[in-house]
Amino acid sequence: MFSYYLNLALRSLKRNVVLTMLMIAAIGVGIGASMTTLTIFRAMAADPIPNKSRQLFAVQIDNWGPSKSGVQTPDDKLQQQVSYTDAMGLMNAHAALRQTVMYSTGFALSPPNPNLRPFQVPARATYMDFFPMFEVPFRFGTPWTREDDEGRAPVAVISRELNDKVFGGANSVGKTLNLDKHDYRVVGVLDRWQPVPKFYDLNNNQYGEIEQAFIPFTRAIENQMTTWGNNNCSRDAVAPGWEGHLHSECVWFQFWAELPTAADAERYRYVLNNYAAEQQRLGRFHWAAHTRLRDVREWLADQHVVTDEARILVLVSFSFLLVCLLNAMGLMLAKIMGRAGDIGVRRALGANRRAIFGQCLIEAGVIGFAGGLVGLALTAAGLLGLRALLSEQTTRLTHLGFWEVGITVGTAVIATTLAGLYPTWRAAHIQPAWQLKAQ
Amino acid sequence: MLKMTHLSKAYRTEVVETFALRDFSIHVREGEFVAVTGPSGSGKTTFLTIAGLLEEFSGGEYQLDGANVRGLNDNQRSKLRNEKIGFIFQAFNLIADLNVQDNIDVPLRYRGFNGAERRRRIQEALGRVGLSARSRHYPAELSGGQQQRVAIARALAGSPRLLLADEPTGNLDTQMARGVMDLLEELHRDGATIVMVTHDPELAVRAQREVHIVDGQVVDMAPQPRLVEAAQAGS
Ligand SMILES: Nc1ncnc2c1ncn2[C@@H]1O[C@H](COP(=O)(O)OP(=O)(O)OP(=O)(O)O)[C@@H](O)[C@H]1O
Ligand SMILES: [Mg+2]
Repeated sequence: MFSYYLNLALRSLKRNVVLTMLMIAAIGVGIGASMTTLTIFRAMAADPIPNKSRQLFAVQIDNWGPSKSGVQTPDDKLQQQVSYTDAMGLMNAHAALRQTVMYSTGFALSPPNPNLRPFQVPARATYMDFFPMFEVPFRFGTPWTREDDEGRAPVAVISRELNDKVFGGANSVGKTLNLDKHDYRVVGVLDRWQPVPKFYDLNNNQYGEIEQAFIPFTRAIENQMTTWGNNNCSRDAVAPGWEGHLHSECVWFQFWAELPTAADAERYRYVLNNYAAEQQRLGRFHWAAHTRLRDVREWLADQHVVTDEARILVLVSFSFLLVCLLNAMGLMLAKIMGRAGDIGVRRALGANRRAIFGQCLIEAGVIGFAGGLVGLALTAAGLLGLRALLSEQTTRLTHLGFWEVGITVGTAVIATTLAGLYPTWRAAHIQPAWQLKAQ
Repeated sequence: MLKMTHLSKAYRTEVVETFALRDFSIHVREGEFVAVTGPSGSGKTTFLTIAGLLEEFSGGEYQLDGANVRGLNDNQRSKLRNEKIGFIFQAFNLIADLNVQDNIDVPLRYRGFNGAERRRRIQEALGRVGLSARSRHYPAELSGGQQQRVAIARALAGSPRLLLADEPTGNLDTQMARGVMDLLEELHRDGATIVMVTHDPELAVRAQREVHIVDGQVVDMAPQPRLVEAAQAGS
């Protein structure tokens, strides 16, 4: 019977093209609007590293103390980043399977080809653990070694884009790069890698590109490379000079630990608290230990990566979809009531309520499917429009993948069928007897 | 075939309750051709819709083909309607989107026949009403008389036991009406049980028996051979 109903649905839709187009347009516009926002929302809320998001932890330590007279209030949010002192203290504790302190920096790159002008390269100073921790894919070479970390070696891992730009995409391992007038040896070239959002450092450009060069943290500190990222300082005085700044309570480092099991995480929490308590004993902190260890998902939630605005936008666009569906429902009702005669005749010829119900519901489903396709086109157009409108940083959010397509069409069919339930119910309850009397 | 005893049908609106049928009794035997006449508003159509299981009744008994139909659910009523009853309407009521053969196909689909069986029945029914050549025409492309023949073919295709016709010639001119009437008589000769509502006394006398309804009640159920003889004598 399905193919029969489908055939009837297509005939019926062809019969009143204007009404059909109106219904499809109503659904298409609603679906387009809601799916555009949902796509962005989903990308925002996506897990950037699904198979490890429960094993990677961002570390937070309160080195500023409560804002009001020694009492911790719920408003006292922990700093996003840690100070150099605390970062080093934790690195030396060696309490995690892998751990790294890092910060965002950069330099001027003088290309080997003298015809090219030097250009700015955003970089990340980190430890070699960074690469296996965050499952960074390599195209050529490997991360640098632990000895390189300890020996402050002038080595670099570069992004695929930078390798394309400077070395024409060839294997550049072993080649030399001149960064800020120092020579660095390339040990590895990354493959395409773009966590969305860039969870390991949410300070600048959470949806932006990854850094183009990675160098040992120890080397960057020795070269006194300043941060390109956020640098927040407490009210405490900062001594002058690089050393003064480095050993101040200013926070500009991200600290991550890899803790494979819940027990590991528990142990690490303990270590973290002990560390803070120790700092209190030593007189550096004048408050009880206040630390946090959050895995990737908790971290993203705490940092409000999905903004309230995005949530509200999704809500608004789905309300709009609801209005569109109510509209389509009204049109369907009008259409079905206009066809009451045919339905009455079918009933008189032996169709039971279920048969009429099935026929009308499939018709609603077909409208939903067509509306879904229109909605898909509008979603694609909407995302393209947003891409043009928004900064380049957010283009990663406007990707329309296989799932988005499925969800769009599926939502349209299901929502329209649901909206079709009432008109269909009305259709099934049309009194066939009216047919004989209305002559 | 069709037996109603002391049947009543009330229509309730907010203010009044009108009895379209009151203490209504009728017995149509297998193979009979009955004409139902009566003034406008007397309850003829109401009788037909109840007989055809399109409406429920308020009181009394109704036996269709030996089975009591009181209390049947929608499914059961639809199935009975589909298998046992063929409807012919005054306004033909063909489905405009469907061509002739697809219109005839409608009750056969609900019956659940397979494709071959449906095609066979459609061809046979079309042959019966002499419209085999028009199977792919749409209703709008046919004359009124042709449309009514298609409607009759549709009513026949499922081989129902009972044909119910509500003023089947009401929308046709005399010429076409005569053709449709001839067809009904032919079907009757081949064994169909027919109940036909008509305003036209000339058509009524061509039935075996006339039932006159006034104010929701059968006035005279006696066979009226005298009238038939008179009509035959007059022609
Ligand atoms: N759905 C309904 N609701 C209320 N009253 C109704 C309804 N259907 C019929 N009636 C009333 O029942 C009575 C009988 O109607 P019915 O249609 O059976 O008459 P009829 O004999 O077929 O008339 P006509 O010759 O004009 O077709 C009329 O008084 C009519 O107003
Ligand atoms: Mg009537």
